[in-house]
Amino acid sequence: MSDTGIGASVPRKEDRRFLAGRGNYVADIAAANEMALAFVRSPVAHGRIRSIRKPDGAENRVFTADDLDGVEPMRAPSKLPGYKPSDFPALAIGKVRFVGETVVACVGATRAEAEDLAQAVEVDYEELDPAVDMLEARRPGAPLVHDSWGDNIALATRTDGDMESVKARAAHSVTREFRMSRQAMVPMEGRAVLAEWNSRMDQLIVHTATQVPHLIRAGLAMFLGLEQRQVRVIAPDVGGGFGLKTYVQPEELVACWYAMKFGRPARWISDRREHLIADANCREHHYIVTAHADEEGRILGLEGEVTVDAGAYSIYPFTNCLEAAMAGGNLPGPYAIEAYGVKTWTVVTNKPPLVPYRGVARPGVAFAMEMLVDAVARTVGREPHEVRMINMVPASAMPYTNIARKTFDSGDHPGAVARAAQMIDIAAVRERQARDEPDGRLIGLGFGSYVEQAAHGTSVFASWGVQMVPGYEQAGAKLTPDGGLELRVGVQSHGQGMETTLAQVASEILGIDPENVSVIHGDTGLTPYSTGTYASRSIVMAGGAVSRACEVLVERMRTIGAHLLQCEPDQIRVAGGRVMGPGGDLPFSEIGRVWYINPEELPADVDTDGVEAVVGYRPEPDHGTFSYSTHAAVVAVDPDTGAVEVLDYVVVEDCGTMVNPMVVSGQVYGGAAQGIGTALFEESPFDESGQPLASTFADYHLPGAAEVPAFRLAHMVTPSPHTEHGIKGMGEGSTIPTPAVIGNAVNDALKRYGAEVNETPISPRRVLAAIAAAEGEAA
Amino acid sequence: MKPAKFDYARAGDVADAIRLLGSTDGFNKPLGGGMSLGPMMNLRLAQPDLVVEVRKLDALKAVTEEGGYLVVGAGITHAEIEDGKIPDTANGMMRFVAGQIAYRAVRNRGTVGGSIAHADPAADWPTALRALGAEVAIDGPDGARVVPLSEFQLAAFTVALEPADIVTALRIPKLSPGAKWGYYKICRKPGEFADSIGAVVHDPERGRTNVVLGATDGAPLDVPALAEAVRAGTAVEIDDAKAALAAQGAVFDDYGNQIHAVALSRAIKGALAS
Repeated sequence: MSDTGIGASVPRKEDRRFLAGRGNYVADIAAANEMALAFVRSPVAHGRIRSIRKPDGAENRVFTADDLDGVEPMRAPSKLPGYKPSDFPALAIGKVRFVGETVVACVGATRAEAEDLAQAVEVDYEELDPAVDMLEARRPGAPLVHDSWGDNIALATRTDGDMESVKARAAHSVTREFRMSRQAMVPMEGRAVLAEWNSRMDQLIVHTATQVPHLIRAGLAMFLGLEQRQVRVIAPDVGGGFGLKTYVQPEELVACWYAMKFGRPARWISDRREHLIADANCREHHYIVTAHADEEGRILGLEGEVTVDAGAYSIYPFTNCLEAAMAGGNLPGPYAIEAYGVKTWTVVTNKPPLVPYRGVARPGVAFAMEMLVDAVARTVGREPHEVRMINMVPASAMPYTNIARKTFDSGDHPGAVARAAQMIDIAAVRERQARDEPDGRLIGLGFGSYVEQAAHGTSVFASWGVQMVPGYEQAGAKLTPDGGLELRVGVQSHGQGMETTLAQVASEILGIDPENVSVIHGDTGLTPYSTGTYASRSIVMAGGAVSRACEVLVERMRTIGAHLLQCEPDQIRVAGGRVMGPGGDLPFSEIGRVWYINPEELPADVDTDGVEAVVGYRPEPDHGTFSYSTHAAVVAVDPDTGAVEVLDYVVVEDCGTMVNPMVVSGQVYGGAAQGIGTALFEESPFDESGQPLASTFADYHLPGAAEVPAFRLAHMVTPSPHTEHGIKGMGEGSTIPTPAVIGNAVNDALKRYGAEVNETPISPRRVLAAIAAAEGEAA
Repeated sequence: MKPAKFDYARAGDVADAIRLLGSTDGFNKPLGGGMSLGPMMNLRLAQPDLVVEVRKLDALKAVTEEGGYLVVGAGITHAEIEDGKIPDTANGMMRFVAGQIAYRAVRNRGTVGGSIAHADPAADWPTALRALGAEVAIDGPDGARVVPLSEFQLAAFTVALEPADIVTALRIPKLSPGAKWGYYKICRKPGEFADSIGAVVHDPERGRTNVVLGATDGAPLDVPALAEAVRAGTAVEIDDAKAALAAQGAVFDDYGNQIHAVALSRAIKGALAS
């Protein structure tokens, strides 16, 4: 390992500008003559638009769906049999389907003026009964979100397992119902767009806060009726995404339409209220799961019913079916289970669309499965970590294809559990638990484990039926005339630190100092095509591609270097940022000088493609990497107030080769903090009429510094056998088990009451209700 | 989230503020720290025609001692109280309460007078100062007057102020050295609006014992039966507090009944232990 290559905790280069407040976000970018957009949003969850009255004299500043000539509703196709697509209009057409849906667009010289106009627009609605709860919406006779569908089921799937044979051998069948509530995704920077038409380029230039610039380009071109060459999407600094910034937004389409129609730039910067009301939500899952287990707690068979509340519209490009597909495929987790059957329903309701959030379905999956494992442990009277270990795929069985046909590449899952158990010190916790706390609180211990498929490749996405299937990830590497390096990647770094970690990969191959490497991303005009940053794929895919591209540069430099150093190419080594031969060596700048400035010094057999290469990469097999982890936590529950405090939290994780261990730890901290949000705080509730009840941060609670414990981490390293450098994807992982870890710990604390909380967030209200329900049963 | 158009004026003194507030027939609002009015205007929940800034008026920043009262100018910030910039005549209770209000950034600007005038049930001062037996000094077109907080607080976000009135100060009875107090706030996390507040002041020497429940749907609520228990030195368990609330017709949902009783019980325990 070099000081700056793979494995080094190089401080993040991008932090220099971020920590000094010199980031450059969409809202920091100004365009001459720009106009600001504000939207009139539906105040009803479900209704027909009877009439819209524009303020007098504002016809050219106030627009309805009828004005948006050439703008097509957003339709996300899927090849999954039985999938029902929905048309998501930029501005509502005829009907509104959730509170916050864009109905009328207003422009003004300032945002305040645009909001003044929006306030003056009058819209008359005929209110319709809404479909609010997914289980009710699933039933026949529920109000229809999309009239032509006949029901509210966007997709139903079924996988049958041979359950009869395992039931006969099972001593216990343990059934539980779980609900993970709907929540928002809360990046520091909200969504933002600035669109302008550039006549010279014959191009729509769209600055937008996105994780997937190339996919947004494809979507904008399709829905605006442009050729893709006519759209350039630039994602400058993007302040977090977590999944929220992976879809084409109605507001983006309207801004683009206005810029094209009127020849003036249009800006829309989401404010927190419209963010919390109208942006896509995430998570909302419901589970009924049954484990058929033997006397030891070995789970022989697993049955599940999964319902996902997908909201009103399927979003482009990933559709509203990914969550349920992922849930069905991931429920067995890291366990070796003989029989597995699952039914899934993707249900539409009169709420904002649902998009995958960091962890994608798996936090819900783990909440159900990991809490079920603990319920099994309580049933058979064993420590939960022991039950986990006897059910897990052992290291000796790797690679292992599980019951859901996922092939784990490598790792020691039970080993991670054992290490977490040791770190949290079970004996000490059980001893403390047995004593009464001076303040009357109850101590609880919880575990949670997961396996995280990441960097899913072509075959996996193709099987999900989505239109945008990732293929070979490309990276460009270019030696500059003065011996520096430019990397070009189509993935987006919006908090992942890839301006540093990709430079480290280049440094690993070339020995170049990351300080002399520029990582260029976030611009469809400058970077190779990529489906972008999601699914914990970027360091695996773009990292692999950068590595391969740098290897090509090594070959090219070797030829030139051998000529200059008067030796054979196979005698040349490239290391430490220099080209070294047996009799001397040269800095990269000499290679750059000869190629660009003094080509008369090049050898006759030089590769005419020069010192620049664009290389594609895909791991083989391409089914993805499998990181895994076990978390354990100790909580204190106040049985009088229902308050939960996290006292201790340990994470043992294995993501293969770590490019930058400090960045890995940072991702773990951030993900676990978000997991604590899901576990204890974050919820976007709706009342019976479909009104959102958390529209500001006064009602939508996020974990802050005081609520997040000092996580204690341990890293295990089992490289992937299939990827460049053995890297596995890990950006999302630590959000996955956290709700279950906290839930298990709370239920462990409440076991003296026989109470269980089975719904997130585990609010004081829910804890008290669970205790009251258990005491009611006991009485 | 930008405010609707409004006019803005900075008052030169209290008389000027009153004149400005009464100068038009529209909806005019005095602006203190702006920690509540600002967000409400940005959300367009409040659309005043004229905003009169009173934050820096000398008279509202004055702190004096008058007989048995500490008179705290309405423009004193939570942070100034938290940091001990005003005399401690409440045996530390004011500092304790101030330090728990929202976040430091809010405390730096938010004012005690603004909090009392805004009358958010979940805010700290309406409950804490009622327990201390505070009075509100008001100035307006009809002259100055003093109103006990218990008569000033009418309902949630509703107080006995006429349109051109402003709160100039809080008159807070000094506690005797042996007085005890307790304050227990339940909220989802530090800095959030409270779900429940129990405030207790027990000053036998001055003949004042108050037990007040805050963060209900309305104005803070005196709980006389529990004040009687405090005077008697009787321990108040959660079920006792529940019974006392129910007996005076203060009934909430299951969660409210529980946490209000807990807040009161813990505040009383804190007071008796102090």
